Amino acid sequence: MDPSRTVYRGMKHAGIDFAASVPCVNLQELLRLVSDDPDIIHIPVTREEEGVGLCAGAWIGGRRPALLMQNSGLGNSINALASLDFLYEIPLIMIISHRGCEGEPIVGQVPMGRLTPKLLDAMDIPRFSPSPAQAEETVVRAWKLAEEQRRPAAVLLDLQFWRSA
Amino acid sequence: MKRIDAISAIAKNAGDALIVCNIGFPSRELYAVKGRQENFYMLGSMGLASSIGLGLALAQPRRRVIVLEGDGAVLMNLGTLATIANYAPKNYLLVILDNCCYGSTGSQPTCTHLGTDLASMAEAAGVKDVKKVADLDGLHTALEGMGVIVVKVDPGNAVVPIIDISPEQILARFKAALS
Repeated sequence: MDPSRTVYRGMKHAGIDFAASVPCVNLQELLRLVSDDPDIIHIPVTREEEGVGLCAGAWIGGRRPALLMQNSGLGNSINALASLDFLYEIPLIMIISHRGCEGEPIVGQVPMGRLTPKLLDAMDIPRFSPSPAQAEETVVRAWKLAEEQRRPAAVLLDLQFWRSA
Repeated sequence: MKRIDAISAIAKNAGDALIVCNIGFPSRELYAVKGRQENFYMLGSMGLASSIGLGLALAQPRRRVIVLEGDGAVLMNLGTLATIANYAPKNYLLVILDNCCYGSTGSQPTCTHLGTDLASMAEAAGVKDVKKVADLDGLHTALEGMGVIVVKVDPGNAVVPIIDISPEQILARFKAALS
């Protein structure tokens, strides 16, 4: 099972038609699929917080937005998630490559990797960590939750997830 | 030129354009001079007006989107200039109201006060249509275009009340103006 394709299929079934992204090596195949999709407006941004702004504007304008990023970008996005998305009750699905977990070869990823679930919990942002077999359905569920409750939701995809190809 | 006079000129000539306005006194001044439902007043997320407006312009290609941003806010999100240069559609216009200071927090000087030139930075980022204006006549002409306008305005805030509608109401009114 191709983990990138399962996430992409979930995005398609959820009706995601707008994406902002900052790359992670583990997102490269997914980013290619999203870029090649004529029905998804994909804007690569310079910083994740900028992507939160773009996605909020796109949702206000009638699109279904996803933010694709590494978990390091969560730290760059916290004020925007709170004082834009929470404040105005704007939905967003964040599809996050979760680095710094078991098997991480780069020591610099470890501090944010450990903090990422705690930061999401502290912000009361629902988080999901599916296996590749569950990912398609989980992405759909996470978006539905975001849309119905008008809030951000996070799908965390760790090293094991991407290695299961 | 006072900032509120620039904001008033923009709002009164906006037609049915959507306006996304920076947090703090600029939003309060916009609300005071022309509280139209096509205005989205930011109450947080400083630096992201240009990004919210870009997402909106891409999602609503038939509507003109005008973003009112400050010099301090643009300096906080400089990457936005590169993104706009390469991805902004024709219905997008970024107006940077440059008063050379953080006007809502006590007028502490920004780097534009010391010589940083946001118009040159926008050009260097690749924005093709960049204009600099310093008076109302120049502003009226520049507003007919797209891209980025840097408007030099005086420091200082108008005496205007706070925005007395809730975030939910701001968004609901704005979304109603879209449909």
